[in-house]
Amino acid sequence: MKERWNFWTSRALLILAVAGLLTGCNKPQSPDPSAGGAGGAGVATDNVIKVGEYASLTGTEATFGQSSHNGTALAIDEINAAGGVLGKQIKLLYEDNQSKAGESAAIVLKLISRDKVAAVLGEVASGRSLEAAPICQQNKVPMISPSSTNPEVTKRGEYIFRICFLDSFQGAVLARFAKETLKATRVAILTDVRQPYSVGLAEFFRQRFVQDGGAVVAEQKYSGGDKDFNAVLTATKAADPQAIFVPGYYTEAGLIARQARQLGINVPLFGGDGWESPKLIEIGGAAVEGTYYSTHYSPEDQSPVVQNFVKKYQERYKETPDAMAALGYDSAMVLADAIKRAGSTEGPKIRDALAATKDFHGVTGRTMIDAERNASKPAVMVTIKDGKFKYVETLSL
Amino acid sequence: MTEFLQQLINGLSLGAIYALIALGYTMVYGVLRFINFAHSDVFMVGAFVGYYSGPKVLQMFPNWPIVAGLCVLALAMAVCAALGIIIERLAYRPLRDRSKLTVLITAIGVSLFLEYAGQRLFGADPKSFKLLPSQNIPLFGGLVFSSNQLIVFVLTVVLLIGLRFIVFNTKIGTAMRAVSFNHHAAALMGINIDVVISFTFGLGSALAAAGGILYAQNYPSIDPLMGVLPGLKAFVAAVLGGIGNIPGAALGGLTIGIIETFVSGTRWSTYRDAIAFAILILILLFKPSGLLGTSQTEKV
Repeated sequence: MKERWNFWTSRALLILAVAGLLTGCNKPQSPDPSAGGAGGAGVATDNVIKVGEYASLTGTEATFGQSSHNGTALAIDEINAAGGVLGKQIKLLYEDNQSKAGESAAIVLKLISRDKVAAVLGEVASGRSLEAAPICQQNKVPMISPSSTNPEVTKRGEYIFRICFLDSFQGAVLARFAKETLKATRVAILTDVRQPYSVGLAEFFRQRFVQDGGAVVAEQKYSGGDKDFNAVLTATKAADPQAIFVPGYYTEAGLIARQARQLGINVPLFGGDGWESPKLIEIGGAAVEGTYYSTHYSPEDQSPVVQNFVKKYQERYKETPDAMAALGYDSAMVLADAIKRAGSTEGPKIRDALAATKDFHGVTGRTMIDAERNASKPAVMVTIKDGKFKYVETLSL
Repeated sequence: MTEFLQQLINGLSLGAIYALIALGYTMVYGVLRFINFAHSDVFMVGAFVGYYSGPKVLQMFPNWPIVAGLCVLALAMAVCAALGIIIERLAYRPLRDRSKLTVLITAIGVSLFLEYAGQRLFGADPKSFKLLPSQNIPLFGGLVFSSNQLIVFVLTVVLLIGLRFIVFNTKIGTAMRAVSFNHHAAALMGINIDVVISFTFGLGSALAAAGGILYAQNYPSIDPLMGVLPGLKAFVAAVLGGIGNIPGAALGGLTIGIIETFVSGTRWSTYRDAIAFAILILILLFKPSGLLGTSQTEKV
């Protein structure tokens, strides 16, 4: 008994110590916002414009974070090669949050208070964007999320922007897709309760799908990082759906597809832009054939902007850019465009210029920032055929 | 009824893997009286040995995937047995005379070391594990049994029988049991304690490696932190069965696997980890010796 007691006290002590470290990092710096805001002016005296980026370069959403970061880095280099903005070069300061909760806030606080960045780019996952957004808002530093689709993100304040479509839009488009293209009236939903993205998308899908006369016959839940879905899938199978909606991320989607096929579930599976990764096919293998997901762009788009981007990206990274790379690229381009129009690197001025973005022709289509600081643009449906992503259709409401 | 039976199959195959990991915890506890937290990361290393060696071994036996699979399994078990022995030699043996708390914290350190060394070495993004193709074996009434689940069952049973044979029918097994009763008395009887402890670590780690390969074969996305949660569940299983008790660990593993699966199939699915850990707390409160363990009075 004694040993066991020691074990629990030691683990508890460890947790307390870690918790102490985390809060210790955040608290003493929180009176800083005024200093951080004034720091925006300090940037102008240097000969570079510092832009911060927090990204999930390692961890469960690593391929998203890396793609997005690659796109952003490519855009910054292109801008600098073309002479920079306001006669200055842009310096990208980026840090990895390991796809972990709690890291992003600390990183962004550091980027703002120590490095005095003019603006912040990030993140892919809505949960982590929501962590960083209040800090950017408090310090009056504009933040652009390249690909967080949860509506809550930009509601954190007038300094928070996004350049991708919203989950309310994506959910409605997917509901339409399920009804019209898949001809399904009975759909099951498998939600990742750990990700606000997944919970939000599931809810928007459900609202629209039910409103259009469909029925959600089973709603099962899992937690990101789970490996075993046999139990939830067996329960789902018992409800006999015509299609299964999996609004999660690619790792779990691949495993879910595999285990669903193993359990003899042969109805179509479909998901949102969280599926967009070559890992989906690697992990899912033959099981993801004939599954669908919605996303922001397709490299098969023949417009010159897209083809030029695809060519440059392939030259540099030896792979075809996915939607996250395209959005990462566009996020930096939109920011540079705004700084140029603002004529300044002060937070409030960049913010006003960003809010006034109209008709920006990016790789992910025509982007317009609306009054809620969200972008409005169409969605693209993609399927997997012979182990490759194939463009299906472009949908808007 | 079909759903119930299907969930039972799912639960048993998950529980069998927990059982394999739990055995390592319980054996080390049996001889050394401490929880080797690095065990769950040895499990991860096992899966990665399979990931890197799998394609090469499959090339050697293109027509015999089962043979290739068994070779990969044997290789991973051998590598992890060596790793387990090295960990014990470098990290735990120098501390054997210190307080248990020191060793325990070292174990957490070794665990973190393996996890983050894994992130450096293998990369932090999830890798897709491919060894044997999976086939469905349809049973009566719409029940499905996948070949993966079958492999898990058969191998777990074989390994458990093998383990039982080693522990009860060999000289080293007898020595292991002697050491678990009393170090000093065993040493006085001429048993080389160091060898027995090394052997125990090797054996436990080999079982963890087998668990890792089977886990990866069933859930083919592996990453350096993959061991954390199954490791904790297996630890709960070991405590549930009675820590230090080998059949208890197997029983605890199956029980936890089945409970988890049945909870997942209901609308309380998100509470299933909470339930696993609630079981740990209840067991510690009401029956600290576990299902099959016998309570020992501690001499002061």
